[in-house]
Amino acid sequence: MAVKTVRRPELTFWEKLYLPQIFCGLKITSVHFFRNLFLHTAHLMGRLTHLRAAATYQYPEELRPLMSRYRSRHRLTLREDGTPRCVGCMLCETVCPARCITIVPDEHPDPNVEKYPIRFDIDLGVCVYCGYCVEVCPEDAIRMDTGILDLAAYSREAMQLDIHELMDPKLRKPIGECKLTFPHRCSLSGGEMKGSWEGIAGSQGR
Amino acid sequence: MMEVLLIKVVLAGIVLFAVLNLAGFHTWVERKQSALIQDRIGANRAAVLGFKLMGIFHGLADVLKLFTKEDIVPAGADRTLHTIAPFFSVFFALVTFAAIPFGDQLILGDRVIDLQVAGINAALLYVFAMLSLGVYGVILAGFASRNNYALLGGLRATAQMISYEIALGISIMGVIMVYGTMDLAELVRAQGELLGGWLPKWGIFTQPVAFFVFVTAALAETKRLPFDLPESESEIVGYFVEYSGMKFGMFFLADFLETVVVACLATTLFFGGWQVPYLLPDGFHFPWGTTLAVPQWIYALLGVASFSVKGLFFCFVFMQLRWTVPRFRYDQLMKLGWRGLFPIAVVNVVLTAVVLLFLGESS
Repeated sequence: MAVKTVRRPELTFWEKLYLPQIFCGLKITSVHFFRNLFLHTAHLMGRLTHLRAAATYQYPEELRPLMSRYRSRHRLTLREDGTPRCVGCMLCETVCPARCITIVPDEHPDPNVEKYPIRFDIDLGVCVYCGYCVEVCPEDAIRMDTGILDLAAYSREAMQLDIHELMDPKLRKPIGECKLTFPHRCSLSGGEMKGSWEGIAGSQGR
Repeated sequence: MMEVLLIKVVLAGIVLFAVLNLAGFHTWVERKQSALIQDRIGANRAAVLGFKLMGIFHGLADVLKLFTKEDIVPAGADRTLHTIAPFFSVFFALVTFAAIPFGDQLILGDRVIDLQVAGINAALLYVFAMLSLGVYGVILAGFASRNNYALLGGLRATAQMISYEIALGISIMGVIMVYGTMDLAELVRAQGELLGGWLPKWGIFTQPVAFFVFVTAALAETKRLPFDLPESESEIVGYFVEYSGMKFGMFFLADFLETVVVACLATTLFFGGWQVPYLLPDGFHFPWGTTLAVPQWIYALLGVASFSVKGLFFCFVFMQLRWTVPRFRYDQLMKLGWRGLFPIAVVNVVLTAVVLLFLGESS
């Protein structure tokens, strides 16, 4: 068995004196201190704003730049008339490893389109942000490019996004009013839904 | 008699006001300076009426929080000692300032006021006695908490204090030999002379080795990084594990107060105290022959300003050191104290004695 002898690096005379090394350390911290002090002062006067004085971001006020492929909160893309592109093919619901997507499809009024979702729920408390739903969608109907990162809520129920919030990411709270331009029965407005929950995969216990 | 008493009370009030505020200010400085060193912004959220002023109100918020927190005395702890300990810490840190001269004499009418709370002629002994007694609070806290970790912290503090007190005392010996006095006011006055006509006779120039030994040992006295073994948040949490609320806050305050004490001492002993270079009681006398007359009250004020600037500079340096150097291992600490600083300090005293002997013979 090969033996590898690891030798600890010997300290040189100057390093053993300890004091010069402390001054080296002080130099490093002082360079950071005075550089940042200078930049902060310049920023207060509105100068040198292209140089950052801190590596940190002041989060709620200042958002971090995200990579274009970053997977953030979901949204449903729209057609030109404002209806969802989703055709209710259930591929995303099928592929979802966390089973957080629930779709209730209905017959579309346009004979050229087979189905549309009357209900499209994503439970963010369950979602694992794998992005499979985006990959699998044949219609480019769901994307994860809103750049919204703050997903905190006070209850599990509030973590669920319905179709309105998915189509218009600016809506956070579920609203009863239906934004679709063609007849759409919205569960939140108390309208009757077609289809039954019982027969839908992954919806047990709802 | 009443007037003398009144003057002393006012002086003590000024010193207490300045020192306590400076210690409170240290919480802000510590946050912001560490933030700048580490490329962060630092605490900046606390606001009064919408004004944030770079987070300066966080100190106030801290104190409010500490005062409103529940004060817990652990079951089985010695209630009396547990309560007294933080007061001891703060008390001994505060009384040390009495002997430190923060300015020369101020002449008001026919009354001469020494800008020093207590003119003790063995002030140096008093200061070091009080500094050493400061550890009493720490030991009591560790002892009375009935907690093994607190006790460990207290023991560490004791051992560290004893080891470094010796190096501290011996390093001072050289300074006393050079200036021939234990009275801090006289010591500062003696530092006003010039060496070779242009270099102020400050302790740093006559006793450079003693300065480094003193600062190292004094930093160890303050129990802050790199010598914060009694505290060591990451290993034993320290002697104040069992403290909460303002009692904990008082230990924190004592820490900052000791930093200020040490900064003031370093200024007094090695950086000429309130001396402004080339400033004599009647005005500036520059080595190239120019003189500039200065009124007496401005002279006194300049002295106080000089002392404050030097003291603040040392506070800054200590804070910078605290965020630069990592904590020592315990054996390294003892090795540095006994095998490093102690012999160096002794050799320094011997060399100083020899040099003084020869200088005394030649003159």
